[in-house]
Amino acid sequence: MAGSTYVPSASRPTASSFYKRLRGGDEVAYLLTFACAVAILVIVGLIVVELWTNSQPTVKQFGLGFLWSSRWDPNGGHFGALPFVYGTCVTAFLALLIAVPLGVAAAIFLAEMAPPRLSNILTFLIELLAAVPSVIYGLIGIFVLVPIIRDYLVPVLTRLFGYLPIFSGDFYGVSFLSAGLVLSVMVVPFIISVSREVLLAVPVDQREASLALGTTKWETTWQVVIPNAKTGIIGSIFLALARALGETMAVTMVIGNTPKITPSLLSPGYSIAAVIANEFAEASGNLYVSSLIFLGLVLFGLTIVINALARILVLTTSRRRS
Amino acid sequence: MDMRISPRRKIANAVMLSLSGLCTVLVISVLFFILGYLLWHGSSSLSLNFFTKLPKPSGETGGGMANAIIGSGKVLLVATCIGVPLGFLAGVYLAEYSGKTFAFTLRYVVDLLNGVPSIVIGIVAYAVVVRPMGHYSALAGGVALGIMMIPIAVRTTEEFLLAVPNSLREGALALGATKAKTIFTVVIPAAISGLISGMMLNLARVAGETAPLLFTALGNMFMSPGFMHPIATLPVMIYNYAIAPEEDLHQQAWAAGFVLLTLVLFINVTARLIIARGPASSRR
Amino acid sequence: MATQQQQSIKEPEIKTIPTDNPKPQPSSKLQARNLNFHYGSFQALHDISMNISAHKITAFIGPSGCGKSTFLRTMNRMNEAVRNTKVEGEILLDNQDIHSMDVTDVRRRVGMVFQKSNPFPKSIFDNVAYGLRVNGVRRKLTVEEAVQKSLEHAALWGEVKDKLNKPASALSGGQQQRLCIARALAVEPEVLLLDEPCSALDPIATLKIEELLFQIKSLTTIVIVTHNMQQAARLADYTGFFLLGKLVEFDETRKMFQNPSKKETEDYVTGRFG
Repeated sequence: MAGSTYVPSASRPTASSFYKRLRGGDEVAYLLTFACAVAILVIVGLIVVELWTNSQPTVKQFGLGFLWSSRWDPNGGHFGALPFVYGTCVTAFLALLIAVPLGVAAAIFLAEMAPPRLSNILTFLIELLAAVPSVIYGLIGIFVLVPIIRDYLVPVLTRLFGYLPIFSGDFYGVSFLSAGLVLSVMVVPFIISVSREVLLAVPVDQREASLALGTTKWETTWQVVIPNAKTGIIGSIFLALARALGETMAVTMVIGNTPKITPSLLSPGYSIAAVIANEFAEASGNLYVSSLIFLGLVLFGLTIVINALARILVLTTSRRRS
Repeated sequence: MDMRISPRRKIANAVMLSLSGLCTVLVISVLFFILGYLLWHGSSSLSLNFFTKLPKPSGETGGGMANAIIGSGKVLLVATCIGVPLGFLAGVYLAEYSGKTFAFTLRYVVDLLNGVPSIVIGIVAYAVVVRPMGHYSALAGGVALGIMMIPIAVRTTEEFLLAVPNSLREGALALGATKAKTIFTVVIPAAISGLISGMMLNLARVAGETAPLLFTALGNMFMSPGFMHPIATLPVMIYNYAIAPEEDLHQQAWAAGFVLLTLVLFINVTARLIIARGPASSRR
Repeated sequence: MATQQQQSIKEPEIKTIPTDNPKPQPSSKLQARNLNFHYGSFQALHDISMNISAHKITAFIGPSGCGKSTFLRTMNRMNEAVRNTKVEGEILLDNQDIHSMDVTDVRRRVGMVFQKSNPFPKSIFDNVAYGLRVNGVRRKLTVEEAVQKSLEHAALWGEVKDKLNKPASALSGGQQQRLCIARALAVEPEVLLLDEPCSALDPIATLKIEELLFQIKSLTTIVIVTHNMQQAARLADYTGFFLLGKLVEFDETRKMFQNPSKKETEDYVTGRFG
């Protein structure tokens, strides 16, 4: 080969080499995998399109006023989203109120205090909690949690705080409170899992710098480690929020399925996901169905936005460490 | 300046550490409570009838969920046939072929899809399958669950393929294998344990999904022939029986819950153990 | 015999008595007595005994992996943050065993500066003030004065006095390391341990830190681990040579470099290995 430049035939694009690549499977594999990738993009686009077009009857009839109208009367043909938006927000907020302190505290314990092997085992178990299907939480919710709340928690609450509007009124078991409590159990594993990862990602030398100045372990954790992990922890909260907003079965089994806007947590209520789950199959009439679909679109939009925010927050933390 | 450590700081340290430990104990005990209660209540309601009989009309006892068990199997089969190939191949594209911008876009969109509430996906499956067909079907339910399987299939495939060291690819290419051959005969087999366990986790996740089936597969008191009819599934039966008034149905709901949870957790634990021992575990 | 080194050593006015044993020091600040240290089943330090003199600079030299950093970290019990370690023997701070004291107290009194600068994600001011605030000093004026004093000692005040509220991450590598020194000095440590503080810095930044160490010698007692023999020769009053987890020789620096007692020491300082 001395004196000549040898160019491998595969690098010269000719008709014969294309055929060869086709036979070798390269083109097929590339096109096939590319087609699947594009198909996924198409599917997501389809979701948005279908939600939008099928909501049109409601949009045309009520306009954006649908979003803050509180009247839901299928028989009379009046539809408004507010009771469901209200219920979704209240239950999600209540769930976070309980789950965030609990979850972050547990994450701190698992990341900073527990010996590594114990921490890994416990985290494994907690992540199993996240794998429990929603309908099972609902089952436990109806038959175990609600009776406990009714027989033990609410009497105490009404006796101590009954004068507050949030604890006023009669309690029948199914309520915003029950739904919020069940939701909190469901989102806690997410907060723990993500927060723990974020805390573990804080470099060792930050901890050492603080300890070397004569601080206690807690002081180091609170004043140095957590500030370092702050954005990631907030990201985990957003992730949990997105989960809580979209949660359907457990909520619909314990919330009472009554479209109502009231400050009392003891009252039955409704959420977006719950009303769709409950009423979609039996909904008759174009307007009824499209209202439910419009609600689905609202939920879709909400969860997209919050998930996007969460991703940015969690990614910033982990990227800074690498 | 006197900066000796004060007792107050030492007490604060001990208190806060104990509190955080307490919170962890609380969370863990909830898990054990759920599992334990379901185990106890559910297993005591289990009977042979449960697995072999069809649901009895309201008021009669002794029914079972044979149709729901098979129904779940059918719907999951459809879902796997739709979601896994799509997701897997797209994942292969991401890991082996894609350029940077397209990869970024696809990953972003896939993550978006992952965050969509399952009930919304049910709505879309209704609009795209049930409405044109004019009736509910196992197919529609499978489509809904299949769409839900896509994001995890894409992500796990990409993750485990990327974990395969480049030296393997280069070794195959240097022997004259085409890129496609390298991927399918060297890279994928190297990542196989991770891919399989990823699919198991995926399956376990959608096996428990109820909401998207409520108005796609709907339900059936009898065995459904084929895939084009409304079909009973385990999660939906649990829901229907739990909110029904009859106590016998509640018992069946517990039994079904027990079966479902055992299955889901079993698949989960197995899959995670496979991942923990696999080649990709060295990354962690 | 070390000839190159002779010319680069500054000549301190100390009368040296050629002897194998370290001279009994008038004021021993920190003392190690038969210290053994284990990482799991591996013994990293073997029977180390030495006296660190107050208000002097002591350097530890030796090839990588010889245990000098490990030994440094036993002096403020930092190794306890790592699991599965065991310490045998005593480390006395002013004649009191540090293992019988509260660990947080020990670490406040024996400060540490690390190989790679590790400022907190806070402002420059808050970084230096952190140790003070955590240890109970709250009065604003006291804190401000202490922060300024520490930054002056760390030869950083002039460069940062107009941007105390800016994040510490905005500083250059050398400035960040001086910030870490200021942060350590703020809690008025009786001993300051430095673990190869200049290894990640350029020669100019290194020089600045070496100069400031001379200045603060009178405030505290300095122990510095270095892989750079010339640095030890420039800075240290006393030097300890470590090899394979043992303290081979410990003596006044001049003697160690000009007239080492042990062959291994001589081999190391003449560059025959390491």
